[in-house]
Amino acid sequence: MRGLLSEMLNLFLLQALNGVQFGIMLFLVAAGLTLIFGIMDLINLSHGVLYMVGAYFAATFVALTGSFVLGLLLALPAALLLGIVLELLVFRRLYERDHLDQVLATFGLILILNESVKVIWGAAPLSVPVPEALTGSVQLFGNVRYPLYRLVIIAAGLATAAGLYVLVNFTRVGMLLRAGASNAPMVSALGVDIRRLFTVVFGLGAMLAGLAGALVAPILSVEPGMGDSVLILTFVVIVIGGVGSVRGAFIAAILVGVVDTVGRTFGPILLRTMLDPSAASQTGRALAPMLIYILMAAVLLFRPMGLFPVRGAVR
Amino acid sequence: MNSSTTNIAPAHLAEVRVSFRTAGFAALAMFAILAALPLLTLVTGDAFVLVVATRIMIFALAALSLDLILGFGALVSFGHAAFVGIGAYAVAILNAYGVNDLLVQSLVAVAVAALFALVTGAISLRTRGVYFIMITLAFGQMLYFLMISLSAFGGDDGYTLPARSTVLGMPLLENNLVMFYTVLAVLVGAFLLARMLIASRFGRVLRGTRDNAVRMQAIGFSPSPYQLTAYVIAGSIAALAGVLLANQVEFVSPAYMSWQRSGELIVMVVLGGMGTLAGPIAGAAAFILLEEWLSSFSQHWKLGFGLILLLVVLFSKGGVGGLVKRLLGGAHHG
Amino acid sequence: MLSIRKRTAGLVASACVATSCIVSPAAWAAEGKIKIGLLYTLSGPAAVLGEQSRDGFLLAAEKLGNKFGGLDAEIIVVDDEQKPDVAVSKARELVEREKVDFVVGPIFSNVLGAIVKPVTAGGAFLISTNAGTSNLAGAECNPDLFVTSYQNDQIHEVLGKYAENQGYKRLFLIAPNYQAGKDALAGFKHSYKGEVTNEIFTPLGQLDFSAELAQIAADQPDAVYAFMPGGMGVNLVKQYRQAGLEGIPFLSAFTVDESTLPAQQDAALGFLGGANWAQNYDNAQSRDFVKAYEAKFGNVPATYAIQAYDAALLIDAAVKATGGNVTDKAKLREALEKTPFESLRGDFRFGPNHFPIQDFYLVKVVKRPDGKYATEVVEKIFDDYQDNYASRCKM
Repeated sequence: MRGLLSEMLNLFLLQALNGVQFGIMLFLVAAGLTLIFGIMDLINLSHGVLYMVGAYFAATFVALTGSFVLGLLLALPAALLLGIVLELLVFRRLYERDHLDQVLATFGLILILNESVKVIWGAAPLSVPVPEALTGSVQLFGNVRYPLYRLVIIAAGLATAAGLYVLVNFTRVGMLLRAGASNAPMVSALGVDIRRLFTVVFGLGAMLAGLAGALVAPILSVEPGMGDSVLILTFVVIVIGGVGSVRGAFIAAILVGVVDTVGRTFGPILLRTMLDPSAASQTGRALAPMLIYILMAAVLLFRPMGLFPVRGAVR
Repeated sequence: MNSSTTNIAPAHLAEVRVSFRTAGFAALAMFAILAALPLLTLVTGDAFVLVVATRIMIFALAALSLDLILGFGALVSFGHAAFVGIGAYAVAILNAYGVNDLLVQSLVAVAVAALFALVTGAISLRTRGVYFIMITLAFGQMLYFLMISLSAFGGDDGYTLPARSTVLGMPLLENNLVMFYTVLAVLVGAFLLARMLIASRFGRVLRGTRDNAVRMQAIGFSPSPYQLTAYVIAGSIAALAGVLLANQVEFVSPAYMSWQRSGELIVMVVLGGMGTLAGPIAGAAAFILLEEWLSSFSQHWKLGFGLILLLVVLFSKGGVGGLVKRLLGGAHHG
Repeated sequence: MLSIRKRTAGLVASACVATSCIVSPAAWAAEGKIKIGLLYTLSGPAAVLGEQSRDGFLLAAEKLGNKFGGLDAEIIVVDDEQKPDVAVSKARELVEREKVDFVVGPIFSNVLGAIVKPVTAGGAFLISTNAGTSNLAGAECNPDLFVTSYQNDQIHEVLGKYAENQGYKRLFLIAPNYQAGKDALAGFKHSYKGEVTNEIFTPLGQLDFSAELAQIAADQPDAVYAFMPGGMGVNLVKQYRQAGLEGIPFLSAFTVDESTLPAQQDAALGFLGGANWAQNYDNAQSRDFVKAYEAKFGNVPATYAIQAYDAALLIDAAVKATGGNVTDKAKLREALEKTPFESLRGDFRFGPNHFPIQDFYLVKVVKRPDGKYATEVVEKIFDDYQDNYASRCKM
């Protein structure tokens, strides 16, 4: 009995870790989106596509250089550059438009970028090998082993989150970002070049999304349209966290990751204690994909502005 | 710049009134062309035009219902395809139990959709702006995944209808021409109903709330019941579109209620010009015809489609409707 | 990596998507012509499957000098976008406006379910080159539907039989939570009778399988059976290898094939699948085909390509047998049923339900000497194998 219990506990810890890793990846995409949304008041549906492009850049540069690290280092500025180009060409013209025009335009961008990727790289999925030094798994606790590369993703994500925290809270740019999130016209009135700030934020957001795409390229399929499902999850994250709040995005991302991963495994086990096995597996299967949407609806039911509403944005 | 609200373009009221009347004429013209379309097919002998036109009108119906809440209530629902799905599945599920009458199916579809809209709407309307967008998406996704795991009605493989629904026991809809005029009649009916609603006191409160919620509250209106009613009506009309879609395609699948479909409905409304009722009809036509036309050129037609959407936004305000209006009479434009 | 050549090939093919391919619609009604519509998924994440099928069919058409049974052919390619209602609209366009004699396609079962009626009721023959659902093989079989691939369950039965042959006692099953996933595991259990330690259905489109892999590691089964088509399969295979589980045999269907191997590469080496053909298939026409296909498109053909290729040969042989008369449907139907053709699979004939009776093999992922990843036949599992639904078909 005790053996079973400790096995359950190990499995639970392992799944929680998996959830954290998934959440960290979501956070990297969500951080940029929530900043862009919070500061520029721009609904950017094409943010998921930037994540996809990041993965494709990584695939290309890793294949070209033969080194994962070099490939990653080249993919980041490429994603940054693409973000800035898109900002100058398209997004700059959308800030003053209403949300639905933004939805229409960025929906168009999704189609353009998804199809361009197919024209350039083909429809077949691409591969990025896990860097040699990071293959294999490490002993964590008890007899539980965990893939090394996933630990690296967690570490890289946490480092990025810490970097963002410092940037937002302790730098001049961060101060402008925070001020911009609560009252952009005021910042502009104070003589700050808000356009340049917007360009910077947009580039940063694109690079973060690209980083997420590049990091997951070795564990996920790099294929056209891979950004679409992530986009929806990312919107779930920033809405739960409170639009504009990087801290909220971080907590919500981990929450979504853990609820999704742990719920998927332990939901059916929990249901089996209440229902007969076949009914339990039926219900479990139907509920599993709905979990995060139920979570979001529940959060919004009690906190209609998300967990960490950005002050000043409240009417 | 307010991150918590969805700032639908604050239009000049006078302009709205003018465009509302212009839209009426535009709709009248579109309906007249549609009604005469079968004559054209007699001349050209190409009956397939009717199939495409029927499909356009079905999506126009769904887009029109979305415009009711989106254009006039500033409620951006990202889960509107769920109602289309409810309508389609009402046909499939009743068919599985031997009920094939179109009227019964439509009644059930409307009742279920209204109930779903009432419950989810009451919860969703506690939120505003992008939060509203996302919570409606959440409810749509829940229903989508539910239908995927429902093996009894085919799950993801979908459900093939053995035949179209009957009307009072007669297989009238099997004739494509009857199908065409039935859909046209429903579309015209829904258009007139929506127009009446918008012009009524109810519609004035709805529009007033869209333009300035605080003022409406100050003069003693609680906007929520009005918005909820609009949400329920819009959902019910979309369910009718689902009933018709199931009949036209003779196949029902969860793909009808995916979030991409909800997105496409929004695109149709915005493309055609929201808050006009006629715009979404033009938008649905533009969307489906573009899809048909572009996909005949190249496998990579979505590239062109995306570019067109982008250019429409960047170089026009108010979608295709606005573009046409400006091309026709720039002088009237403020 | 994909070569330039593949892209130019794609462009050439996509040029034929154009309606400009149609010379003069009115003229085609005349005798001496045959019109064929290809309906495949050519956009979205699954486009690669549709491209393989289209390329396979067009390659056969090219080899036939664009003449099917002596008739000049016009081939129209359309994209179903993997949406059933769009597919119905496109299928109707092919049948009602273009008046095609044959519709060839689709990739997905839900699309097949949607288009059977509009195509056959519209007076055309439907040749399904990939999807083959149980209802269409059984009670709802259709005289105007021919399937050149397989009945969906059969591939799963191959792996179930193999697991049984190997004497595996404890198996871990995993599939996406949708109809095809449920059918897959049911098909597997049709021929595997041992214990199932765990049967997991994951949400459709799941990216991360760490939760399931942890359970596999905890269960330590004799083998894993997976049905994870497309991108999901790429993710599962890569993560399976990274989780250090390669010690547990990985049996699968539609999870490791030439459409996903470019992304799985080394991670999939040695993994097992089931198929009715593989690129090292040992007969002359198959070898010629693989050589021609790879030279033209720059990628390795999977079964999607040969099932479409065979469809072209089938149409050619049947039309030839009728003496080039495509208007007498009863005669053409009989010719489709009976006329032998040089299938790339060698041994091929139709059962009474118009589904093939053919051999099935266990295939394994290898890296070829030229550095490309592909599947190879390991052993024959079933000989002249018929699906389990044929007896329910009353035509």
